[in-house]
Amino acid sequence: MMLIPCPWCGPRDESEFHYGGQAGVAYPADPDALSDEEWARYLFFRDNPKGPFRERWSHSAGCRRWFSLVRDTVTNEVLR
Amino acid sequence: MSQAFRTEAGGLVDRGRALAFLFDGREYEGHPGDTLASALLANGVHRVSSGIRTGRPRGIFAAGVEEPNALVQIEEPFPEPMLTATTVELYDGLVARGLRGRGRLAADPDPGRYDGMYAHCDVLVIGAGPAGLAAAAVAASSGARVVVVDDQIRAGGSLLGTGEHLDWVDRVAAELAAAPEVRLLTRTTAVGYYDDNYVVAVQRRPGLPEHRARERVWRIRARRVVLATGAHERSVAFAGNDRPGVMLAGSARTYVNRYGVLPGRRAVVLTGNDSAHDAARDLAAAGVEIAAIADLRDGWAITGVAGTERVEAVTLRTPDGIERRLEADLLLVSGGWNPVGALYSQAGGRLVHDPGLAAFRPDGNCRQALEVAGAAAGSYTLGVCLAEGAAAGRRAAEAAGLEAGAIVLPEVSDPEGRPPLAVWTLPGGDPATAFVDLQRDVTVADLTRATGTGMRSAEHVKRYTTAGTAHDQGKTSGALTSGVIAELLGVEVGALGVTTFRPPFTPVSFAALAGRNRGMRFDPVRVTALHAWHEANGARFENVGQWKRPWYYPREGEDMAAAVLRECWAAREGVAMMDASTLGKIDVRGPDAAVFLDRLYTNMISTLAPGAIRYGVMCRPDGMVFDDGTVIRLAEDRFLVTTTTGNAAAVLDWMEEWLQTEWPELRVHCTSVTEQWATVALVGPDSRRVLATLAPALDVSRAGFPFMTWRDAEVAGRTARVCRISFSGELAYEINVSWWDAVALWEALLAAGAPFGITPYGTETMHVLRAEKGYPIIGQDTDGTVTPHDLGLGWAVSRKKADFIGRRSFSRTDTARPDRKQLVGLLPDAGSLLPEGSHLLTGPDETAALGHVTSSYHSAALGRTFALALVRGGRDLIGQTLWATLDDGVTPVTVTGSVLYDPEGTRRDG
Ligand SMILES: [Zn+2]
Repeated sequence: MMLIPCPWCGPRDESEFHYGGQAGVAYPADPDALSDEEWARYLFFRDNPKGPFRERWSHSAGCRRWFSLVRDTVTNEVLR
Repeated sequence: MSQAFRTEAGGLVDRGRALAFLFDGREYEGHPGDTLASALLANGVHRVSSGIRTGRPRGIFAAGVEEPNALVQIEEPFPEPMLTATTVELYDGLVARGLRGRGRLAADPDPGRYDGMYAHCDVLVIGAGPAGLAAAAVAASSGARVVVVDDQIRAGGSLLGTGEHLDWVDRVAAELAAAPEVRLLTRTTAVGYYDDNYVVAVQRRPGLPEHRARERVWRIRARRVVLATGAHERSVAFAGNDRPGVMLAGSARTYVNRYGVLPGRRAVVLTGNDSAHDAARDLAAAGVEIAAIADLRDGWAITGVAGTERVEAVTLRTPDGIERRLEADLLLVSGGWNPVGALYSQAGGRLVHDPGLAAFRPDGNCRQALEVAGAAAGSYTLGVCLAEGAAAGRRAAEAAGLEAGAIVLPEVSDPEGRPPLAVWTLPGGDPATAFVDLQRDVTVADLTRATGTGMRSAEHVKRYTTAGTAHDQGKTSGALTSGVIAELLGVEVGALGVTTFRPPFTPVSFAALAGRNRGMRFDPVRVTALHAWHEANGARFENVGQWKRPWYYPREGEDMAAAVLRECWAAREGVAMMDASTLGKIDVRGPDAAVFLDRLYTNMISTLAPGAIRYGVMCRPDGMVFDDGTVIRLAEDRFLVTTTTGNAAAVLDWMEEWLQTEWPELRVHCTSVTEQWATVALVGPDSRRVLATLAPALDVSRAGFPFMTWRDAEVAGRTARVCRISFSGELAYEINVSWWDAVALWEALLAAGAPFGITPYGTETMHVLRAEKGYPIIGQDTDGTVTPHDLGLGWAVSRKKADFIGRRSFSRTDTARPDRKQLVGLLPDAGSLLPEGSHLLTGPDETAALGHVTSSYHSAALGRTFALALVRGGRDLIGQTLWATLDDGVTPVTVTGSVLYDPEGTRRDG
């Protein structure tokens, strides 16, 4: 049970949160400018590193805000 | 003779009271303070169970949670399978039997109560042996919040087994129990160590009345943890090492000192370290004759164990090579001691091989805020254990910003000892009877076969042989297994390593984990304002998400099919009404609300005029349908959107996610109002007349109140919002009132509709009516791989908007291909009702499916059965025959368009 630091509420149990996957995957500014392959990369491809990973969380059972943090996927330590 | 093996005096059992119990059908007596195992041994019972694969007789091998052999089934007071006799606290009236492998679960629900507890503390000490008690006492002296958990019925740990310094133990335990910031939990096993010092422990509370919780699951978040979990003794692999009467030497010492029980009359001791000499001394003092101490470090060897039901004799070879057969009923074994590293391993720490200890111990480099003290760290002498515990307690208090005081520790002088021998297998005899894992019946022969196939990893051998996979998790066998494999492979055991420990440390019952979250408390039940009426009027309910929705309302003598046909008929030919309050409703407001909804829905929403309603479809970025519903424009800057019943929370989350993460510049707020508005659908050709009766001020004419518009009006004297929406193709209204006014509205509609035979209907009828019109249910007719175009909803996809979620995906080659699965209707040629999920084949003997049935019903309006289906290239197959699979064959069906009833839409306006 990780202790996740919500920027609004402070550290709370992992079970209060929803996971949102890799952070920083922005909706493309102009989808029509992308090839099918580039669009498919946006839709379906995400990093899966062993080590630090910037990811999104939503404090769904708390303040309901989305935020990002960096977690080490090996140790589950929240790095920042 | 009763308790013939109980000593005259001594031990920590209450000899003043006798507890009667039944084991394998025979009556015995023991005392409070006994385990089932110690009480059986007191009565001379060694054989308890049989090997799960070999069927060989098995006895009591250990004295605690590490026991691999003595599996029992508790029969009374409540059946519990697969407990170990060494961990079952004896009570009066216990009925148990020995178990070979699996037991039986109770057929009746468990009448016991179980509960969950949460605790936060500065210092959590796991284990109340000498190291743990010292740590707890020092930490507590600082005023820190301390929790101590220990799996035994009293504090003391290994000292209970050696009988030393019990006065100190009792004094410290009493002080801890009395300290206001300390919680001392006995009978409590820490079973899981999770991220960020989150520890789960299970507390047993025997002997309480039934209304009090039998077990509690403690979920503890600790600033710092001190692991003082001690060490488990391990065996050595030699032929016949599984016979009843073969026992770990330290466990035999525990039986003598703690329970006042002689595990036998005449013992042979086989050891590679000093601890078994101490055990032999205590046993001898209690009256057990020690026939020989065969110390492997001095060149002794064992060449035979005689006896099947019980050890009868042991053959040793002396250091000068002479074989000696010794009569004995007990063979005490010590292959060394393993620090209990399971929790450390669960916490993310690594166990490293320490050649000096001849064991694996914590590497002292765990990332979590913990430290290990005493035997768990590989320190086996009492003085060191106490000192390490005290130091750990002091550091833990300091970490909490507190200063610890001084405590009194017992005076001990640690003896000088000889280093232990790393010993795994002893030569001679049949390797198929040299057991490594007693609970899984894995032998040296099995491990030899595994390494012979080329396996080089302990993890692979574990999975191949099942060594260490039983419910004891290889507490006595894990290190031994690695040692034997290393010998077979000719590698260092440290290089091979041990297999990973995973929670739980000891088995946990599902009942304890569930706690109070059973039955009605498993999940919230949501009911509408009209629920009591539905119940009183005989509704059958179905679960839709957490909601209870009326399914159908059978009349006297009606089955479901008859009731649904009657309800459908009323909606098509007269007037009917349904409680639609469970529809998700979200209030979307703000200056950018229209822009926001344009991006979210496939349709154009911003052109909707206040007062009007539009059906809308939402897709995910991949172009697949996510939800649908209606959008009502209340004002320039305000909308009310409806969602499917099961998807309301997901849609609100979806809106929030896009607003917060992609479009924070949009000034929009979304609020769930599902439970603020109660909704009644009034459906059928006579619905206009019923509404007119109740809303005399409302112009209900075709021209005055057109399709897909809404009006605020007074209905039955209540403030209402009436929408002209139809989910059936009939003239219909959805009347929304405050949740509090729902019953009044419903009863007024019943009264006003009585002359027209108004009929309440449930979700089944709603499904039939919508399916006759080809309206899909998201999640039933779709599965996350279906686009709006696949459903025939291409008309709801805007070509004018610059962008919306999912738009780009509609031009991907995969979403544009012509042979996608499309929603079509099916008419079974033989008139049968197709099973939902039935596969659709191109011929009676084909096996490749073109698709499957998603919805299937009897239709009152069509006078026959019909179905909806997703079929590859389905719209090109209209008019053709496919074959639907049944349990016992196939049946022909004709493919049709998805709209089977009133395709021209003539009934919509009444
Ligand atoms: Zn928060």
